[in-house]
Amino acid sequence: MSSRDEILGRVRKNQPAPQPLPKLPAFDREIKAPLAIFKANLLRMGGKFVEVPASGSITAALRSLFPAAKVFCSAVPEFAGSRPIGQVRAPADLHDVDVGIVRAVYGVVETGSVWLTDREFKVGALGFLAQHLVVLLDPAELVPTMHHAYRRRADFDASYGVFMTGPTATADIEGVLIHGAQGIRSLTVIPLPV
Amino acid sequence: MKRIDHAEGSSRFIKAKDHIEFHDKRLWDLRKKRDRETEAMPEWEELRSLASAIKEHTLTHLADYLEEFERNATKNGVTVHWARDAAEHNAIVFGILDAKRARTLVKSKSMLTDECDMRPFLETRGIKVIETDLGERIQQLDDEPPSHIVLPAVHKLRTDVARVFAETLGTDPTNSDVHYLAESQRSTTRPDFLTADAGMTGANFAVAETGSVVVCTNEGNADLSVHLPKLYIASIGIEKMLPRIEHLGVFIRMLSRSALGSPITQLTSHFRVPRAGTEMHIVLVDNGRSERLGMDDFWYSLKCIRCGACMNTCPVYRRSGGLSYGGTYSGPIGVIIDPTFNLRKYSALPFASTLNGSCTSVCPVKINIHEQIYKWREIIAERNQLPIAKKEAMRMAGKVLGSPKLYRAAVEAAGAGVAHLPRFMMYSRLNAWGRQREVPQAPPATFRQWYLANRGKKKGGSR
Repeated sequence: MSSRDEILGRVRKNQPAPQPLPKLPAFDREIKAPLAIFKANLLRMGGKFVEVPASGSITAALRSLFPAAKVFCSAVPEFAGSRPIGQVRAPADLHDVDVGIVRAVYGVVETGSVWLTDREFKVGALGFLAQHLVVLLDPAELVPTMHHAYRRRADFDASYGVFMTGPTATADIEGVLIHGAQGIRSLTVIPLPV
Repeated sequence: MKRIDHAEGSSRFIKAKDHIEFHDKRLWDLRKKRDRETEAMPEWEELRSLASAIKEHTLTHLADYLEEFERNATKNGVTVHWARDAAEHNAIVFGILDAKRARTLVKSKSMLTDECDMRPFLETRGIKVIETDLGERIQQLDDEPPSHIVLPAVHKLRTDVARVFAETLGTDPTNSDVHYLAESQRSTTRPDFLTADAGMTGANFAVAETGSVVVCTNEGNADLSVHLPKLYIASIGIEKMLPRIEHLGVFIRMLSRSALGSPITQLTSHFRVPRAGTEMHIVLVDNGRSERLGMDDFWYSLKCIRCGACMNTCPVYRRSGGLSYGGTYSGPIGVIIDPTFNLRKYSALPFASTLNGSCTSVCPVKINIHEQIYKWREIIAERNQLPIAKKEAMRMAGKVLGSPKLYRAAVEAAGAGVAHLPRFMMYSRLNAWGRQREVPQAPPATFRQWYLANRGKKKGGSR
């Protein structure tokens, strides 16, 4: 008998009496000033939140946020950058990117997370090999909790999707919190309507 | 197989005073952070009930969900493998790597691959395996197993890490600055990410409805392990299934709050379809789980989401360190899981508990951990796996506790003993309770003596 059939057979034989699947409550709530709470939660997770004045340009804002950066790789039409993402052949080509720029699909107020998929990144490694990541977020696109996020069923048909919440971090040595563990050292959300 | 002596292992840890004080404080700090998070959520208890019920439903329909998961993963272009046990898992992983002539493997933390002892198996077959989680990497370089399921190197101080990195990565042995050490690991691991032939992760959840693998991490190493190499392998215990995407909401809201006291991990990644030109393989691993599913009292342990909250709250774990348990899983959850792998080897573990029930009350999926610990004690006593000293002590205790007269005499004598025995007798090798602690001063009278003097004479005093 194959391992598969043997395992499934033993599982079937040993399964305890069937228990019902509970229906999930909506967990709806009214949130006043969702963007302000999103921002507070993002900051708590080590993220940054930078507003660009309506008169200002994204290009100028990015240059002033990262004055020492050489390689900007952009996956958004609002900013050209210096490394066109369309010309990236292999993910490892992104190893020298200082700043990656993407647009999130939406944000989660409860946690300060942003939802990104392979469609937004174009090359998934952009979100992890870049030293810093800038995420454009339409302030109208916010959901209250993770329950609401996971009810957007169609989003999860993406080949790859991730809730990013602040930069990569570790506290594996004596609990000392370090932002910039193995992936991005900083994550900056810029509220900007599409 | 040698029986793990938890008390002996603990005594080694306890001797290192700086270590044990820090360990205790660090884990209790995580417990307090967890409390702050959960107390801020009015629906926390509702979520616990939901999480427990969803897991119990899934486990009692597990075969169907496994088949649904396999169907959907296959449709996604993923190759699904099934492993009866650790040996078959390791052979499958090696087979996948070897077929692609892969010689280097970057991997994120996975308790399952530790459970299967996969690393040495691959290394003896010429595969270079690089653990990329900072804590797990420290443990790999120090040739030690992880001591905590979320914080593999929590028993080490920065000076220990400085020593390990100096010996293995060539860092400055006198520099134990935490930022320097973490940066050293980042810069030495990065070339491995860029050039590795294959990447590997475990899974926190697997969703039957979509065939998705969900991985919750903070460091970014899991995503780097998947997004760069052309081959990705995920090893998943069969109990990790969830029916639908919407159920993730319940568990993602609880996992990191329980584990680290943060609202969510920095990254919650959902891998479903391999990117163009690459391969993705999933190995579904049984290794004793289907047997455990049939154990009336113990199948609930399969609900575990490996948050580690029970470890952080456990007074015994905090003061003995994970390595003293001698198994892949330590702390209260290890105490109830490890004996299912080998009853004799782990027969001392169910006694590494005060049965205070704190583990049960912090468990996000409502596993009755302390009750299961008690059940294991019964089984170990029935199967005659108790060490002689413990058996004799239990026999005497049974006699004394079963007779009010003997009990009273013993309590009075014990009180007198604490007050009058010379130190060399109280704190000798024969009295385990006198090791590493001062026995508290006995009150001048026993409760019974006090009661008889103050209340006992009242006629019909009961109301």
